[in-house]
Amino acid sequence: MATKKFMYVNRKAPYGTVYALEALEVVLIAAAFEQDISLAFIDDGVYQITKEQSTDGIGMKNFSATYKALGDYDINKIYVEKESLDDRGLTADDLMPLVWEDEDDDWAEKPSIKIVSREEMAAVLAAQDVHYSF
Amino acid sequence: MGMLDVNGTSVEVDEEGYLEDLSEWTEEIATAMAAAEDVDLSEEHWDIINFLREYYEEYQIAPAVRVLTKAVGKRLGKAKGNSKYLYSLFPYGPGKQACKYAGLPKPTGCV
Repeated sequence: MATKKFMYVNRKAPYGTVYALEALEVVLIAAAFEQDISLAFIDDGVYQITKEQSTDGIGMKNFSATYKALGDYDINKIYVEKESLDDRGLTADDLMPLVWEDEDDDWAEKPSIKIVSREEMAAVLAAQDVHYSF
Repeated sequence: MGMLDVNGTSVEVDEEGYLEDLSEWTEEIATAMAAAEDVDLSEEHWDIINFLREYYEEYQIAPAVRVLTKAVGKRLGKAKGNSKYLYSLFPYGPGKQACKYAGLPKPTGCV
């Protein structure tokens, strides 16, 4: 089976709708098929991977810890749009430090998040075979 | 929905035998689930069960078999980080069977 480049685009806040959680579950299932997977976080989607989320007040499961498992699933191309962070007063420090372990490099931890400009994001998106938009 | 008898008390399990309320889990429940499938839990089984519980605690998901295999290889050595070893412990599938004993939901991506 030929490998295709799959891009999962996340644009919505983590809670309030089910898009973020559904996208995450689809990504984890897709990972089993060993395709070339990337994730993009744009607009309010950047809130999905912010640190120290708390769902205490809204009675929903806080699934943010699951993003940290993506590295175990060999998903290590996570693109975050800089303009979206800027518009919301966020910086890289507000995001969870998502990493993956390189088995071929003595399990060295390497960062998965890449902050890119809107222009770079457009190029990343254009280079994919398949897009899923959540 | 069914009930599993554990030393006189019963716990709720779903139609496939997975624990309904993850917080109810005890080692006795794991032992009883295994006994119902004629499995006697050894130290090697517990290594995997405990790993799964820690993984769930940290990431809020049951890992896919591929992820479990890789992680076991890292923690317990390459000799154990392969599906042959894991299947020798859990012949019904390391994901499904071990997760069940560990009180976790069925692994995501396990269709």
